[in-house]
Amino acid sequence: MMPDLGKYSDTVLAAYGASIILLALLVGMTLWRGRRVRREMDALEQRMRRDG
Amino acid sequence: MSIWEYANPRKFLRTSERVMPALWVSSALLMAVGLVWGFFFTPDDFRQGSTVKIIFLHVPAALMAINAWFMMLVASLIWVIRRHHVSALAARAAAPVGIVMTLIALATGAIWGQPMWGTWWAWDPRLTSFLVLFLFYLGYIALWEAIDDPDTAADLTAILCLVGTVFAVLSRYAVNFWNQGLHQGASLSLDKKENVADAFSNPLYICMIGFGLFFIAMVFYRTGTEIRARRIKALLARERQGESA
Repeated sequence: MMPDLGKYSDTVLAAYGASIILLALLVGMTLWRGRRVRREMDALEQRMRRDG
Repeated sequence: MSIWEYANPRKFLRTSERVMPALWVSSALLMAVGLVWGFFFTPDDFRQGSTVKIIFLHVPAALMAINAWFMMLVASLIWVIRRHHVSALAARAAAPVGIVMTLIALATGAIWGQPMWGTWWAWDPRLTSFLVLFLFYLGYIALWEAIDDPDTAADLTAILCLVGTVFAVLSRYAVNFWNQGLHQGASLSLDKKENVADAFSNPLYICMIGFGLFFIAMVFYRTGTEIRARRIKALLARERQGESA
């Protein structure tokens, strides 16, 4: 299944590996912060409604 | 219906949440198809060997690095002229996506350059302007974080964005008007002779569309987060005011 990358296999795999790690970090951090902020806002709105 | 309706945060959140699932799925699908096609099913180049496969990451990332800055510029100008908070927050939301795209373009370029040019880095016009663009992204993000008042931060970052646009333009067109340096001309061109072969251009187009949709999905999601974070600040301020009254 793996294509024969010849003498440049390290180069190609390093480029794909680095890019996938960077994209995964970006998506992971974005979703993590998004969920945290949404939870915080919901909790705050609920508290303010309860307290009038 | 007018585009300015989306300056209303509630309307923006409602609409973006409706279109985001389609954006996430289509961008993931197109990126996967383009990258798998490019990695597994394209031939080696007669000069570059298998390193040509790096083009499927490098070109779309570089394209989005520059276009993200232009999107930030447009959003910043809308903020400066019409004072719509959503546009300032959208510019802020796009910056981390842009900087990651710039980093991918710089990293894949360096990794490719080592075996092809014999060096990781050269002070070539396009490479240098791209590095400066990366530094502008860093400065832009740092400025947003450094200033407490969101309106002042939006004003100052808009000015920084305007200045940085010079380098975004340079990194796009440096190869055209500086006839020096190592970086080759554009990979995709309307001139058939300059264009890459069809075997490479088809998966490349798919990757470019995929990266573009990924950018839009990320900016929608991150803008939603910024709108909520701003609302939290406003609610906390209102609560403090209520306590002190």
